[in-house]
Amino acid sequence: MIGGLFIYNHKGEVLISRVYRDDIGRNAVDAFRVNVIHARQQVRSPVTNIARTSFFHVKRSNIWLAAVTKQNVNAAMVFEFLYKMCDVMTAYFGKISEENIKNNFVLIYELLDEILDFGYPQNSETGALKTFITQQGIKGQSQTKEEQSQITSQVTGQIGWRREGIKYRRNELFLDVLESVNLLMSPQGQVLSAHVSGRVVMKSYLSGMPECKFGMNDKIVIDKQGKGGTTEDTGKSDLGGGSSGKQSIAIDDCTFHQCVRLSKFDSERSISFIPPDGEYELMRYRTTKDIILPFRVIPLVREVGRTKLEVKVVIKSNFKPSLLAQKIEVRIPTPLNTSGVQVICMKGKAKYKASENAIVWKIKRMAGMKESQISAEIELLPTNDKKKWARPPISMNFEVPFAPSGLKVRYLKVFESKLNYSDHDVIKWVRYIGRSGIYETRC
Amino acid sequence: MTDSKYFTTTKKGEIFELKAELNSDKKEKKKEAVKKVIASMTVGKDVSALFPDVVNCMQTDNLELKKLVYLYLMNYAKSQPDMAIMAVNTFVKDCEDLNPLIRALAVRTMGCIRVDKITEYLCEPLRKCLKDEDPYVRKTAAVCVAKLHDINAQLVEDQGFLDTLKDLISDSNPMVVANAVAALSEIAESHPNSNLLDLNPQTINKLLTALNECTEWGQIFILDCLANYSPRDDRESQSICERVTPRLSHANSAVVLSAVKVLMKFMEMLPKDLDYYGTLLKKLAPPLVTLLSAEPELQYVALRNINLIVQRRPEILKHEMKVFFVKYNDPIYVKLEKLDIMIRLASQANIAQVLAELKEYATEVDVDFVRKAVRAIGRCAIKVEQSAERCVSTLLDLIQTKVNYVVQEAIVVIKDIFRKYPNKYESVIATLCEHLESLDEPEARAAMIWIVGEYAERIDNADELLESFLEGFHDESTQVQLQLLTAIVKLFLKKPTETQELVQQVLSLATQDSDNPDLRDRGYIYWRLLSTDPVAAKEVVLAEKPLISEETDLIEPTLLEELICHIGTLASVYHKPPSAFVEGSRGVQHKRLTSSAGSGESVESPDTGSAAVSEAPPTVIPSQGDLLGDLLNLDLTPPTSTGPPPTTAPGMQLGAMDLLGGGLDSLLGGDIGGSPAMGTGFGAPPAAMPASFNAPISGGLDDLFDLGGGGGLTMGTYIPPKSVWLPAMKAKGLEISGTFVRRSGVIQMEMTLNNKAMSVMSDFAIQFNRNSFGLAPAGPLQILTPISPNQSIEAALPLSTVGPVMKMEPLNNLQVAVKNNIDVFYFSCQYPISMLFLEDGKMERQVFLATWKDIPNENESQFQIKDCHLNSDAASNKLQGSNIFTIAKRTVEGQDMLYQSMKLTNGIWVLAELRVQAGNPNYTISLKCRAPEVSQCVFQNYETVLKN
Repeated sequence: MIGGLFIYNHKGEVLISRVYRDDIGRNAVDAFRVNVIHARQQVRSPVTNIARTSFFHVKRSNIWLAAVTKQNVNAAMVFEFLYKMCDVMTAYFGKISEENIKNNFVLIYELLDEILDFGYPQNSETGALKTFITQQGIKGQSQTKEEQSQITSQVTGQIGWRREGIKYRRNELFLDVLESVNLLMSPQGQVLSAHVSGRVVMKSYLSGMPECKFGMNDKIVIDKQGKGGTTEDTGKSDLGGGSSGKQSIAIDDCTFHQCVRLSKFDSERSISFIPPDGEYELMRYRTTKDIILPFRVIPLVREVGRTKLEVKVVIKSNFKPSLLAQKIEVRIPTPLNTSGVQVICMKGKAKYKASENAIVWKIKRMAGMKESQISAEIELLPTNDKKKWARPPISMNFEVPFAPSGLKVRYLKVFESKLNYSDHDVIKWVRYIGRSGIYETRC
Repeated sequence: MTDSKYFTTTKKGEIFELKAELNSDKKEKKKEAVKKVIASMTVGKDVSALFPDVVNCMQTDNLELKKLVYLYLMNYAKSQPDMAIMAVNTFVKDCEDLNPLIRALAVRTMGCIRVDKITEYLCEPLRKCLKDEDPYVRKTAAVCVAKLHDINAQLVEDQGFLDTLKDLISDSNPMVVANAVAALSEIAESHPNSNLLDLNPQTINKLLTALNECTEWGQIFILDCLANYSPRDDRESQSICERVTPRLSHANSAVVLSAVKVLMKFMEMLPKDLDYYGTLLKKLAPPLVTLLSAEPELQYVALRNINLIVQRRPEILKHEMKVFFVKYNDPIYVKLEKLDIMIRLASQANIAQVLAELKEYATEVDVDFVRKAVRAIGRCAIKVEQSAERCVSTLLDLIQTKVNYVVQEAIVVIKDIFRKYPNKYESVIATLCEHLESLDEPEARAAMIWIVGEYAERIDNADELLESFLEGFHDESTQVQLQLLTAIVKLFLKKPTETQELVQQVLSLATQDSDNPDLRDRGYIYWRLLSTDPVAAKEVVLAEKPLISEETDLIEPTLLEELICHIGTLASVYHKPPSAFVEGSRGVQHKRLTSSAGSGESVESPDTGSAAVSEAPPTVIPSQGDLLGDLLNLDLTPPTSTGPPPTTAPGMQLGAMDLLGGGLDSLLGGDIGGSPAMGTGFGAPPAAMPASFNAPISGGLDDLFDLGGGGGLTMGTYIPPKSVWLPAMKAKGLEISGTFVRRSGVIQMEMTLNNKAMSVMSDFAIQFNRNSFGLAPAGPLQILTPISPNQSIEAALPLSTVGPVMKMEPLNNLQVAVKNNIDVFYFSCQYPISMLFLEDGKMERQVFLATWKDIPNENESQFQIKDCHLNSDAASNKLQGSNIFTIAKRTVEGQDMLYQSMKLTNGIWVLAELRVQAGNPNYTISLKCRAPEVSQCVFQNYETVLKN
């Protein structure tokens, strides 16, 4: 198991050091600094073995988190724990920075004591932690006995992510379907790989211990219902918002927050759960079939002699004309020996950024089924360097108000038998946002 | 609140000031002071001097302050054990507190104070806490048992905590179950045979129930524990698999990977024709692909594991090639791993896509990545024959880019392509030759020189090209020098007329001006070959080369099986068994996959096309690394052991032969090691090697001195007593009894001829029938005087082994005809095969190792030698007297293993491994030989020698 956990600043100074096991000595702190943080070469692996001691590290801005062990630990677990640790810290004091860590070092030690026992990760749900590890930390004696046992039963209980007795005057929930669409396209317009990785983020403000059921246009479910003859009126329960007319989508794979009953999903493919209070990520999913690619990039690069490049890039939007894409940015890489660039674009603004070796073309808004074009002349300095320019791909950023996977929320039902509010009383909001992930076209 | 100020106090006299503050009456000030102490501790300052003052702050109602003091205690209690006792009372009191959080905190902290004296006081509170009404306290206490076990294992057993811990597996609270499982698993690791976890269907059921309810971390503990269970039959393993598969949808990647581990392991138990088996295979792919959208560090862990899974069950991901395409922004460690998996998944169906990608990668920036991409193109060519042509043209395109390291890498792989597809792509040689000058890395230069030498007849100016390399011969690395030498010899054999001068030059450079023994030896052997028999030289040097294999750097099947059992863990990231990087007893147990017992079919079945995973045959040499390590150890000592034994007089000749033999061996050995084509077979020592490096060095030395010292003393050859070969009844009164002796390299048949007839016998002559090893009289039977009745005479007949050969049954049977003035008599006798063991039968260690590996396992036979009471050294000495030479000895768990070799007169080598267990009179011997028929004889010989 994890033998020790260290947090360093960018200089390699230790901000937090907590040792759980005897086999990890103080010298381990220095070993990591010398061999990884101060190493001359770029780090080649997130796991480093130095003198039979293994170091796992992740970096958040310029803070290093390192977990140390001498055993054959579950490596995936250690990284998951480090990420979780970052999440917990962010939930408590915001951005992970040297300043924040120094200001909250007592709290961090307290957290580390709670969420890692003898190197074994324990309950690390922020919701539960916040009930008994507080910034002030003096709650100890002021609690009643009932409160105390409530805390412990929550921390160890089956529903460790939610406490009892939550009350809202207005029961409300927000669902955000956030998708990032990834594309790698060849210069000829052939899709080399494309996938959507999506997340359903839920913000719930519900009283009591509500039982929720979530439904979407999952192909397997729809097909099953079609066969069974128990077709619901999908039009009625559709919470609206999607743009495509697709009936159902094939989900390659999905993962759920731990509140979702996985065995039920496995057997019936129904998604039922008691949600944590506040914001959390209900599910993640991945699709690869029938993706709506919101933009198509058509590059044309021509080398005119040894000192000049002509670049022409056309972008085409490919969705309903009534919808608007926003925050569009096209990044066209330029060679390192670029001396000057002239750009002409019909829409938006384009600028050559020498420090980034790229032409950055920004368009605020663009409707569907439109097209726009940029052309640039790039002057090059003559070089003796025989090495050819690697031609990094043209990348794109954008945001569209629909889900490129075609996913639609069909319903989210809330049941709370003990309290007197029903599914109809809950105010529900659904929003779809599609963003570019790594959206690249080679040129 | 800005606590960061505590990090900046660096004044002198700080400790003194802190002391005063700690003893302050004001609570706030106290707390501030403790915070400062903790901050100093964090940055590595020694604040142990404040121990009593800090401990004094422990008695407080303020939970935050209490936690800080505890933190301090955990750090310094060990350096101040006596003072730490002061804290005990507070702990014991806190363990009785009304607040469960405080009870848990106390028991948690107490377990972290690793002071023997404290552990005694810990027992009672711990016992109570294990049975506490609050699950939070129980789950903390469960982990505390593991802590205590780490400090004092005996105490934990004596106090019966292990049983209580086992009971917790049935606890109603899932988190308590999970922590109890984690604690038990860890304790069980240090007691490999304790059966602590005692997994049976009932407990498994409890674990599976808890699995659905506990936290993500708890699920990991439980899954990792489940993976150690061996289901009784395929039905049970199927039902476990069914209950584990829902975990594949968990958001936590570690839960997913641990579930994959359980499934991969239990899948072995399922019959392949089962529908469920196919379903399971299909279910595994999507979650594995999803892991690739996790954060890069987790992607890395996932990819390392996928690499193993793909080798074990390629069918799972065979359609998912695209997800392994490298993204521009991937961190380099992710890129390199993806590339590896791409090559493993490359097949005829997807090769076009793969190649297009690889070509793209070859223009990237990172040098390592580009090199690997170029190498990958070569590997594709070798793997998928249909793509070879495209690969070659891609490589040629890349060579045209003239990027130095791309060109070099390309040439190295093209050499391999030539080896795989001879006489197909040689048209590109001209292009390659253009880039001769730009090659500055030894591997690329050597590869290019190999190409020039191999195809010298098609390259017009081959002699010029090679000559140009010759100019700076002494500045080249050994690899290049050796290759250049061979290439020029090849050239000479192909075009003898124009290149005589060149070959002279290189031979003299290699033999006279070089101090590298490998080079010199190779030079000499070429020289002699060329000068004695150019035709033979041609046969040797220009012999047809064996094909190179398709798959490279596959993990050895047994290691792969072990690693599959460690999916998700560090072992799977390093691709090394835990014993290679974990100290002490933990994790040294080797895990193995258990395959389906019911169906009786082997894991490997051709229709699934899985990577060759055969049940590993029982190899005698545990692992290459170990033996190699040992042999290297032997090498460390001065070469006394090979010298001639000092006492025995006829040893002189023997010594000389030995030297010659040794020299020849090392020469051959050097050749094998030095040639780059074959070198790959020796490279990449398995991971176990560093582990076995530390301890046995001194042992090896001792062994060696034993060998050297003992060698000269008891060198007596065992001579079997004479037995009657020809009874008088059958031979008209002539009785012949005799035996065989080998003295100073000469085999003699020693006979006693006894005349039991009434008349004088004379005119003796002897003749042998054709026999297995070509034994024949080296001269006439020398019996000069006639034998009168009742007289007996001794005769010694020297034998040669150049007679006609015919296989006999048994092998060592010899049919003899003796003639005298009366009649011709026939008899048959059996000679001990040790007569045929040559004095130069001591194989060079590396050659031994290579030969052992080289001889197929079917040729191995095992025998038991019963009731032998010698120790291994005495046995070794005894055997050496019969020209059975001990090459290496190692001791594993009280068992001595002697590695021995012997050489028969007809050039057959027999390799043996003799296992001697102290106190056990039964030896085990394994013999390996290219002619397995001799094994039986050799074994008999061992038996007779050892027992006499």
